Amino acid sequence: MATSTAPTSKRTMVERKEHATVTIRFCGDSGDGMQLAGTQFTNSSSIFGNDVATLPDFPAEIRAPAGSLPGVSGFQINFSSHEIHTPGDRVDTMVAMNPAALKTNYKDVVPGGIILVNEDAFSKTNLQKAGLDVSPLEDATLRDYHVYKLPMGKLTTEAASGFGLSNKGVNRCKNFFALGVICWLYERPLAPIESWINSKMGRTPAVADANTATLRAGWNYCDTIELFPHAYRVAKAKIAPGTYRKITGNEATAIGLATAARRAGKELFIGSYPITPATTILETLAAMPQMGVKTFQAEDEIAAMCSTVGAAFAGACAVTSTSGPGLALKGEAMGLAVMTELPMVIVNVQRGGPSTGLPTKTEQSDYLQAMWGRNGECPMPVLAACTPSDCFEMAVEAMRIAVQYMTPVILLTDGYLANGSEPWKIPKSSSLPRFDVVHPTNSNGEAFLPYKRNERGARPWAIPGTKGLEHRIGGLEKQAETGNVNYDPDNHQRMICERADKVAKVADSIPDLKIDGNPDAELLVVGWGSTYGAITTAVERANKRGQKVAHVHLRYLNPMPKNTEDVMKRFKKVIVPEMNMGQLIIKLRSDFLIDAKGINKVQGKPFLVSDIEAAIESALGEG
Amino acid sequence: MKVEMPVEPLKPADFASDQEVRWCPGCGDYAILAQVKKTLPGLGIPKEKIVFISGIGCSSRFPYYMNTYGFHSIHGRAMAVASGLKIARPDLNVWVVTGDGDGLSIGGNHLLHAIRRNIDMTVLLFNNRIYGLTKGQYSPTSEVGKRTKTSPRGSVDFPLHPLSVAIGAEASFVARALDVDLKHLGYVLERAAKHKGTSFVEIYQNCNIFNDGAYSYATDKGTKHDTRLILEHGKPLIFGKDREKGIRLNCTDPEIVTLGDGISEDDLLFHDEKAAEPSLAYLLTRMHHPNFPEAFGVFRAVERPCYEYVLDEMSDSTPPPQGAEDAEIDALLNSGDTWVVD
Ligand code: SF4
Repeated sequence: MATSTAPTSKRTMVERKEHATVTIRFCGDSGDGMQLAGTQFTNSSSIFGNDVATLPDFPAEIRAPAGSLPGVSGFQINFSSHEIHTPGDRVDTMVAMNPAALKTNYKDVVPGGIILVNEDAFSKTNLQKAGLDVSPLEDATLRDYHVYKLPMGKLTTEAASGFGLSNKGVNRCKNFFALGVICWLYERPLAPIESWINSKMGRTPAVADANTATLRAGWNYCDTIELFPHAYRVAKAKIAPGTYRKITGNEATAIGLATAARRAGKELFIGSYPITPATTILETLAAMPQMGVKTFQAEDEIAAMCSTVGAAFAGACAVTSTSGPGLALKGEAMGLAVMTELPMVIVNVQRGGPSTGLPTKTEQSDYLQAMWGRNGECPMPVLAACTPSDCFEMAVEAMRIAVQYMTPVILLTDGYLANGSEPWKIPKSSSLPRFDVVHPTNSNGEAFLPYKRNERGARPWAIPGTKGLEHRIGGLEKQAETGNVNYDPDNHQRMICERADKVAKVADSIPDLKIDGNPDAELLVVGWGSTYGAITTAVERANKRGQKVAHVHLRYLNPMPKNTEDVMKRFKKVIVPEMNMGQLIIKLRSDFLIDAKGINKVQGKPFLVSDIEAAIESALGEG
Repeated sequence: MKVEMPVEPLKPADFASDQEVRWCPGCGDYAILAQVKKTLPGLGIPKEKIVFISGIGCSSRFPYYMNTYGFHSIHGRAMAVASGLKIARPDLNVWVVTGDGDGLSIGGNHLLHAIRRNIDMTVLLFNNRIYGLTKGQYSPTSEVGKRTKTSPRGSVDFPLHPLSVAIGAEASFVARALDVDLKHLGYVLERAAKHKGTSFVEIYQNCNIFNDGAYSYATDKGTKHDTRLILEHGKPLIFGKDREKGIRLNCTDPEIVTLGDGISEDDLLFHDEKAAEPSLAYLLTRMHHPNFPEAFGVFRAVERPCYEYVLDEMSDSTPPPQGAEDAEIDALLNSGDTWVVD
């Protein structure tokens, strides 16, 4: 393991100011390696011992014209000496690698904050590409900030030359120069980054050496030339003992699914079609054949869903992953899964819609689609993860519910959770639930009844290959118990009710809704999914200020925990922040007849803590 | 394929389910159902290892009538459902029953991709050149000018030819049979079932309600000898009542020639179902009535790796014994960069 101390500064005089929490943003052109710089800074900070939360912000186009505004890519990280839940509202220190990045990002920096720019990129052409007539480095645009202009291009060239790389290869190293500077400024250890460089680039030593040299050059540059009047320190956070790793939501989902299948004693089948921002789930699982994972990259979303249904019939733990437009395509086959009552998990990593919408941006606008976006009466359990690492737990839960209740289950995450990361205390396998999957092996001489239900309402999962249990299933309405095709009116009503009852019974197996904040408050904030961090932080701050606010976060959206109505009715006022135009609130108002008020943001960006604080303020202010 | 032999040989009747067969009286589907039931016992596969999967349409009712595992899925998606099933369970013997609408219109995409992956299953496409279940609209194999309820002035849609499509999709096994020629149908079904890879079989099937007589040229006693050419591997392409006519290659085009008069069998095209390149098999799929006799039998049968077996080799698919999975899961959870906080 890498050591977790920063290199010792030669500058004896350097003064380090303590900060509890700092937010940094790396931004530049999508070719500037900002995601990599951000990820490495995150790793270093995690290993150093801070709590961290990140927010990558990708451009929608893979290669928008270099230097253009749509080509700007950003990575924000919040790191702290105490527990944090969000990537931070405002930026304390920003690195901008070109004029376009500076223009689109500087307003998020707190007044008095630091802006580091690569001044070599502020050529006339680049300014033009960003639609700037005058360089913001030369007018009053940045007067509220501490601006440091570094010739990063030139300094990188000096540091990375001599390793035999082409000019282009040398120039590519400059993200590591920026990273070195920021590491010096915040006393981050370089060792984890260097060991990462060696493990990823070790096969081409010239590249590895050039990047390492550039990283150190950035660090040494600060140490030598007294660029900054002082540096900063963010102490280690008090973190529960244990083994940790950094995890993104999509990694957690993938690992959770593979784990769940093994806890069910089965192999995992994933039939998926690449779609942003869900693709990395498929990619992560594709790298796990040693765990018995079979990945099938289908020809389209429909085939992905149908192959999942087929694999479930065959007896595998079956999964498909997608995002909103893909879920729309899967709708009909999800209905088939409901009709045939087969267990499977459908992961929907939500993104901005409608249609192709904002593929790389986050939103929570598929709640209604997940609940009711299929023909006929077609209920299925719907779960929603609330943090990147919670994706692991909810993926395991989704699979548990699927196999125990013989039903497809939707797991909702979103782009913010999918790409965002946090340290994750790794659980022990033995602490995870084991599922009781029982396939019937014979019908004891009687006619086999594929739709005879158990106490959970689940039908038997008889799988092909079992002698004597040969049966036929399909999308036509089933006769109760026998599963034969049946058009009888009373039978249809009975079966619709049985399917709905079964889903409702899932509530018997899920935990009660827990109230955070002040349980005696007048105001309750109800959230679901990725708004957890912003709501938690805002409610904590409000209560610290002496306001009285409670918070509940729904991870089980269908069915909801049994005490949900009780909880909702205990509070005089209920507000529901959602990254949509008000979807869950429709259900809350209609089921519980409460006068909940929606707080809605649809900008492709998560809520800021301040957004929620303002909403709390105004809700408390209204008589 | 890993299959156990049944203790007692099965009979065709063992494959009949308790469900009443509900096709229209006289429908060509009956003959195909009977012939499939006759073929299965000969394969020596226990019936619990057999799965029939279909989409939507008249032909797709098929699984309900078989006492095997069965899945009547949704319109066009049988190939995708079957792919998932077979990938998850390479030990099963999988059959897909589809039609010209189900397989080539709404489900065309899945058909292409399952075939190119060469997933080991037998696909029976009942081609009646009409939509039967929805009561008579033109299908992707209906001829231009066909008058139906949705084409009252004649269809303007240009048809496609299932076997040409299958070869274009890199099929490893391609065959054609006729519903009423039971013996030959039986032969083709057996060949298809025994082939390792996607076996694609087009079966000319008469819909006597909405498109009666679509294949009368090939079934009528008076014309069938001139309109059908039975393919035999390694043999010249000969047809006609007295086997007096043959197919010769003229440059890159087939032409009908009469034997004798200086033309011998050696001048004819010889059928090679194992040819590495599918060009000649494709040429055979382009011979259409009335300009040519239509070929029946096995057009192409070549060996190629099957997706699900290769994938199965790659993945460690046997779950560890109960309780022993903990170590495996812990290794997964702890993969990547980790650090310890004490
Ligand atoms: S409509 Fe045609 S294809 Fe369908 S069952 Fe009747 S005869 Fe057969």
